[in-house]
Amino acid sequence: MAEPALSIRGLTKVYGNGFHALKGIDLDVEQGDFFALLGPNGAGKSTTLGVVCSLVQKTAGAVSIFGIDIDRDFARAKYHLGVVPQEFNFNQFEKVIDIVLAQAGYYGMPRREALPRAETLLKDLGLWDKRNGSARMLSGGMKRRLMIARALMHRPKLLILDEPTAGVDIELRRSMWEYMRRINRDEGTTIILTTHYLEEAESLCRNVAIINHGEIVRNTSVRGLLAELDTETFLLDLAHPVEDAPAIEGFEVRQVDSAQLAVVVHRGQRLNDVFTALGERGIEVVSMRNRANRLEEMFVSMVEEGNRANPVKKAEVSQ
Amino acid sequence: MNPTQVAIALWTVVYKEVKRFTRIWPQTLLPPSITMTMYFIIFGSLIGSRIGEMDGFSYMDFIVPGLIMMAVITNSYSNVASSFFSNKFQRSVEEMMVSPMPNWVILAGFVLGGMARGLGVGLIVTIVSLFFTRLSVAHPLLTVGVVVLTAALFSIGGFINALLADKFDDVSIVPTFVLTPLTYLGGVFYSISLLPPFWQGASLLNPILYMVNVFRHGFLGVSDIPVGWALAAIVAFIVVLFGIALWMLEQGKGIRS
Repeated sequence: MAEPALSIRGLTKVYGNGFHALKGIDLDVEQGDFFALLGPNGAGKSTTLGVVCSLVQKTAGAVSIFGIDIDRDFARAKYHLGVVPQEFNFNQFEKVIDIVLAQAGYYGMPRREALPRAETLLKDLGLWDKRNGSARMLSGGMKRRLMIARALMHRPKLLILDEPTAGVDIELRRSMWEYMRRINRDEGTTIILTTHYLEEAESLCRNVAIINHGEIVRNTSVRGLLAELDTETFLLDLAHPVEDAPAIEGFEVRQVDSAQLAVVVHRGQRLNDVFTALGERGIEVVSMRNRANRLEEMFVSMVEEGNRANPVKKAEVSQ
Repeated sequence: MNPTQVAIALWTVVYKEVKRFTRIWPQTLLPPSITMTMYFIIFGSLIGSRIGEMDGFSYMDFIVPGLIMMAVITNSYSNVASSFFSNKFQRSVEEMMVSPMPNWVILAGFVLGGMARGLGVGLIVTIVSLFFTRLSVAHPLLTVGVVVLTAALFSIGGFINALLADKFDDVSIVPTFVLTPLTYLGGVFYSISLLPPFWQGASLLNPILYMVNVFRHGFLGVSDIPVGWALAAIVAFIVVLFGIALWMLEQGKGIRS
């Protein structure tokens, strides 16, 4: 069996002020996976990724990238790694082309190889026309794409994306998703993604780990996680306004406004029963959608559960 | 990384550094040239003509090597200190940290970049000085050798300063309160033989005195101190400070949490 793209064992991080950011986490990401690492702010996502990319020094534990232990040969492991951090971390006064070419240089890539690679990536990400402009002149979305182009210059086998679409408009976000899907599917690049847009994780990722208070609280497939969902709320748009929410036996029905109802459906219940009951009352439904992202519902309930079991200490709040 | 990849990575850092200070030449290359021209006019031509000779040379000839060295020291130091701190501040240092480039290559790249600016400004000041005096070089090899070593030493110093700095103010503290006084008291404008015996002894504790004197010896053939000892001290300082800077980088001081 192939080595995991990323293997983490007993990873612990205690910051200088005594804050336990990671409490001995274990995590495996298989080669070719599109993996989501989710968690609320301060849960330990960025610390985990920071250790993997050498920006944070671990306190204990082991990390291997494609079977290469970072404590033994970090330089070799880094060849396989591309990193797109959460915050812009390039020199804003440099030209776009210089930023990506310099990154290739740091990996020892000759210029004759780096130039065509830069051209391909900047064209793919819609930045070629901006190549001779200063990076500070780019929009927020363009800056994010610049960091993706930079991370891919040396053809990494494992790409880490720390909230890559934060602050990016919907249209651009969709095109970035498509690009990430393409490199995962066509080039076999393993992708680890952290995001606050849970719709993004649900749409892109096959497997997911949820981290909270420095511990992995769930590590499973996205499909498996969604299958655990107990309830779903559907919004029904009505053809004609109603005075009150109709009572339907076994279902919780609320009126959102005169022409919209919210219906909570538990696992095992049939949505057909709702439509039948509404039909009997002469209520006509013209369209229907989920009230919220399904993964988001599950994520919120898990985090709330974790917070109840592990109340935040005052010292941790100051993080 | 194989040797070719290391060479490419090193060249990338040096090229980027040189490109940085040449792109902003009105901030990096022009001001020291103007300042030194003022020194030549005021101290060399106007006041120097009334001072007479110093160690058997005209005052202008005496201060030229010191002023060149002063420009090299301040520019080598400030280039690396401000550039590396800016990289830390903008977090662009992470580009290098996540790459497989060895730490010594990062350090050497910044040091060579600082040396390039220090020596570049030194060359500009030398050219400016030719408008005021006829420069003769008694020991060319020694002159070049000591200025290169001095640029390396202060570039490393600037790197350590940047690693330790938390804010921009921290980058200017050492140049303002340590480097400038030591440079002015390092025999740039006078021979220490003019000082009372106690202050002569105190001056010998100033490392910049040795560099200025060896450099002046290269130009004029005279020195207040033994040249061999001075060269050995500069090399020893370079080795020790390079080791400290590399250790700090390996430990992630100031750049890793």
